[in-house]
Amino acid sequence: MDILVIFCLTIGLLFFLGGAVGIIRMPDFYSRLHPAGKLDTLGIFAMVMGLAIYNLHHFSFEALLLSAKMFLIVFFVFLSSPTATHSIVDAGMRAGLRHWTKKKRKG
Amino acid sequence: MIVSVDDVAKNDDKPISIFLKSFFSFLITFVLMFSAWIVLSGKFDPLLLWLGGISSFFVAYYFYDLLFPIIEKGYGGVFLRFTGYLPWLIWEIVKANFHLLYLAFHPRMKDLIDPHIITFKTHLKSDIAITTLANSITLTPGTITVTADSDGVFRVHAIDRESAEALPGIMLKKVAKVFGEEI
Amino acid sequence: MSTFFLSVALGLLFLMLFSMYRALFGPTILDRLIGVNAIGSKTVILLLLIGFLYERIDMFVDIALAYAFLNFVAVLAASRYFHKRKGLYEESFMD
Repeated sequence: MDILVIFCLTIGLLFFLGGAVGIIRMPDFYSRLHPAGKLDTLGIFAMVMGLAIYNLHHFSFEALLLSAKMFLIVFFVFLSSPTATHSIVDAGMRAGLRHWTKKKRKG
Repeated sequence: MIVSVDDVAKNDDKPISIFLKSFFSFLITFVLMFSAWIVLSGKFDPLLLWLGGISSFFVAYYFYDLLFPIIEKGYGGVFLRFTGYLPWLIWEIVKANFHLLYLAFHPRMKDLIDPHIITFKTHLKSDIAITTLANSITLTPGTITVTADSDGVFRVHAIDRESAEALPGIMLKKVAKVFGEEI
Repeated sequence: MSTFFLSVALGLLFLMLFSMYRALFGPTILDRLIGVNAIGSKTVILLLLIGFLYERIDMFVDIALAYAFLNFVAVLAASRYFHKRKGLYEESFMD
């Protein structure tokens, strides 16, 4: 059981690390949104999964309710993260930001 | 197939059926609100349960058509098919997330990525289908919906060629099948 | 197990510093917004971990839920607010 929890948390941490590195390294802000908005979403999903399993260690009805509440967070994040991403993209579009394209080398 | 309240009133002669439909969406809203109350409070005092019941009754009474607009037919079908759609979507999200993770850690990332904007047109009619498709596209990494208007025209920012190629195909078919519309 | 939770929480704090770089030095305001959003989504998990460390998870779950809501509303409001600022980006946009 503990191994499953550790596995989930490590996977989540890996996703968060990828998100952070992606935010630093990507060339412009449209492509920065890709790691920021979505790797973080899946990272939250994996970590909350691990924490909810750990919470059900000593099984009781209240623990079950608490785990349900944690998954409410995941549900809400899954619902809200595309909306937040879309609103940021929309703001960038209306401000007239060009998106980064690959430079054509040699003609 | 979702129509507004006015359309139903025009099409339906019998007022009893519209009452039934409103009552049904009222009931769903009430159950949803009350279960949210129970999960959030986590206590089972009779007083607290009564308070939650009364407040969710009022919320459901005034806002029953906000969350579930009156649907002409096929309540259960849409929900069932949507539940069947979710595991596929989650699997797709996980698969594409690993692709994005690979991109983020790649040492020569700037050679691999190729951001560009693609436009495609669909024939989805209802708002909820368009919203679902737009959110699914955004949740699948590598692609972000830039604009999606009610005519079904989507502009999508894709981070590389590979994730852009897969786009208007299978996901659109699945969403159209869930909401019972032609592509 | 609590040692592991503590180390995960410290790792999250370290990752927050990464996002903080983008929030502080981002070339455009929307980059800063992305950084703030990323910090917020890590904070939700951090709050849950703190709850497990102090063994008051029943309380901290509510705080985390409220924080997730607040994060969403903050990003939405801020990005709507910056709709109107047209000329803001032209000189600051890094090629």
